[in-house]
Amino acid sequence: MALSGIEIFKLLPKTNCGDCGVPTCLAFAMSLAAGKAELSKCPHVSEEAKSKLSEASAPPILPVTIGTGEKTLKIGGETVMFRHEKRFENPPGIAILISDTMDDAEVKARLEKSKSLEYERVGLTLNTNLIALKAESGDAAKFTALVNKVKDGSDANLILISDKADVLAAGLKACADRKPLLYAATKGNIDAMAALAKENGCAVAAKGDGLEELATLTEKLDAAGLKNVVIDSGSRTVKQALEDQIIIRSAALNKKYRPLGYPTIVFPAEMTDNPMKEALIASMFITKYAGIIVLSDFQGESLFPLLVERLNIYTDPQRPLATKQGIYEINNPNENSPLMVTSNFSLTYFIVSGEIENSKVPSWLYVKDTEGLSVMTSWAAGKFSADIIGPAILKSGITDKIKHKKLIIPGYIAAESGGLEEEMPDWEIMVGPREGAHIPGYLKDWKP
Amino acid sequence: MAFEIPKTAYSGKIRQIKLGKGDKAVTVGGETAYPFYLFEGEMPNLPKIAMEVYDMPPEEWPEAALEPFAGVTDDPLAWAQKCINDYGAEMICLQLLSTDPNGLNRPADEAAQVAKKLCDAIDVPLIVWGTANHDKDTEVLRMVAELCQNKSLILGPVEEADHKKIGAAAIGYKHTVVASTPIDINLAKQLNILLGNLGVSDDLLAMDPTVSSIGYGLEYCYSVMERMRMAALTQQDAKLQFPIICNIAKETWKTKEAKITEAEDPKMGDAKKRGILLEAMSATALLLAGADVLIMRHPEAIKLVREMISDLTAK
Repeated sequence: MALSGIEIFKLLPKTNCGDCGVPTCLAFAMSLAAGKAELSKCPHVSEEAKSKLSEASAPPILPVTIGTGEKTLKIGGETVMFRHEKRFENPPGIAILISDTMDDAEVKARLEKSKSLEYERVGLTLNTNLIALKAESGDAAKFTALVNKVKDGSDANLILISDKADVLAAGLKACADRKPLLYAATKGNIDAMAALAKENGCAVAAKGDGLEELATLTEKLDAAGLKNVVIDSGSRTVKQALEDQIIIRSAALNKKYRPLGYPTIVFPAEMTDNPMKEALIASMFITKYAGIIVLSDFQGESLFPLLVERLNIYTDPQRPLATKQGIYEINNPNENSPLMVTSNFSLTYFIVSGEIENSKVPSWLYVKDTEGLSVMTSWAAGKFSADIIGPAILKSGITDKIKHKKLIIPGYIAAESGGLEEEMPDWEIMVGPREGAHIPGYLKDWKP
Repeated sequence: MAFEIPKTAYSGKIRQIKLGKGDKAVTVGGETAYPFYLFEGEMPNLPKIAMEVYDMPPEEWPEAALEPFAGVTDDPLAWAQKCINDYGAEMICLQLLSTDPNGLNRPADEAAQVAKKLCDAIDVPLIVWGTANHDKDTEVLRMVAELCQNKSLILGPVEEADHKKIGAAAIGYKHTVVASTPIDINLAKQLNILLGNLGVSDDLLAMDPTVSSIGYGLEYCYSVMERMRMAALTQQDAKLQFPIICNIAKETWKTKEAKITEAEDPKMGDAKKRGILLEAMSATALLLAGADVLIMRHPEAIKLVREMISDLTAK
């Protein structure tokens, strides 16, 4: 049961020493109560207080790690129901399923997809790096063989799936050093699964038949000292699954209900046979709270939109995504191609570069670092004015790439054209359209 | 500790409004909880999907988006009828793209004639959408309103700069107004107040928060819509309790990710399926954020989203 800030305060040293980074013990207690600080930050807290507080000071949805090394999957640790309230913290892992009943060629193809299907966007690499291995055959030797194959062929984080503890144990033995997620502890096997997770220091998923049963399972895991826990409410209809996701998060955040304070795992393929529909259900889980989404297969046409949606929803609302400053070549420009300038807010960049591509006119686009602000906002903030744009372009190296001296500026900063002519002697400053949609028309009529 | 299902404390309700007239009129809104939170409240009317029809043959649409409308793209009426008869459209949205001053700049009276022809021939509710050019939309939508009087059209986008003239025409000729603002909850509220002051009835008002697709700012409209619903349902903000209309198809299909072929970039997979999924996934996110009407394009994307709505509201 969670403690209030005042209750926590009573257990702290009350010395206001500030060693925790917060000026007073009361302020630190309030942060603990809100799940915004960790008790370990206070070096002076007594052992007794520690044990009483450890539960109350833990984040309401525990952060969970799967795998080892740099690419460890980190999920959970969420603090809000709606992203505008703060932000969503850890994007869900997206896994490709490989079964031990699949033939070698299929396993190989899936490993290849897991590796190669990655996409560059705003300087980030969007990928998955998570493989779910299913012991469908029920045969320990077959499962172990698959685990070995995948372990050798990929360095992705792993999920081992079986409801038989002995089969799972055999597979785990082959890859325990990779710290896979064990799926799943159920009513029937929980003691064996808990022991397995504990011995090997692995994360374990609990799968209940409904939320009540799930809570009894996680309480057992908690009693066994297991914190790296992922939960599955067992529902396999879209409506119930959404409801469970919402209730789980709300119970953990709003009621501080510990037994459901873990990231979730979902299986859209167990809700439909249609791959298109599976993708749509997965997209729902990206907005509504999944910690891990296991897909029956990866296809570029569905994985790409899912990865971009995940990037969008998990973008910090207070820190817009930005594109790198520099010269962008679009449609293979040459020395006579037009040169445009815009801001580095990622959306501005996507829209402007997309419209230039649509125009099919070979062009140069210079993206100026405006701290992620849009054209209008950065201009109003004095970060996209003539004295900033002019020198940046002259220094950018673009003058080695083009023969003409003509610069197209966004219509919204037309007022800067006079200043730019002063900053850039001999250049002709041309005022382009205000809206991205009008860029193709403008470029098609542009003459060097 | 016994498990108790936490419930949101709601104090408001989304207005229920009727769109169109006659047997095929639809009712939207009326929600008493967050979208699809059916364990907390009601969603008496399922979200509706309007199918797009353009008043000129589309340019630069990818093959996948053109294919379902082969043979009808130069005839808005045939296009609308195909949507209704072949694809079961329960609403139509006529996009008056030809009136764009930066494009064909077709005169207002010609555009209005097209709207008139459509609303006389079809019985499902008709949304008529301009080009977001204030001067031109004022001219075009006023003429549409007059020529189609008493047909209960849904007119948009109505923005702050043109709300007085278009709003007045809508009041005079009994049409519904779609108040359109640029992804900002305060501007949305302000425009609703302005339209209310002008005399637009609460039963004839819907909101367009300005939406974008996956990869092009989905997160902005998603969060603005969530905030609108939060204000409407939990903070008794009566001026945000209007149904939301999302014009999402054109935002999706114009992106390069919806157009690029598999041959150009094999990692992007099948172009047709990708386009359909980009539209359907963007629409699904908007549904979960609070969309009451989605303006969509591809019949297969629509079919997927309809199934999603029915799965999410299954008894």
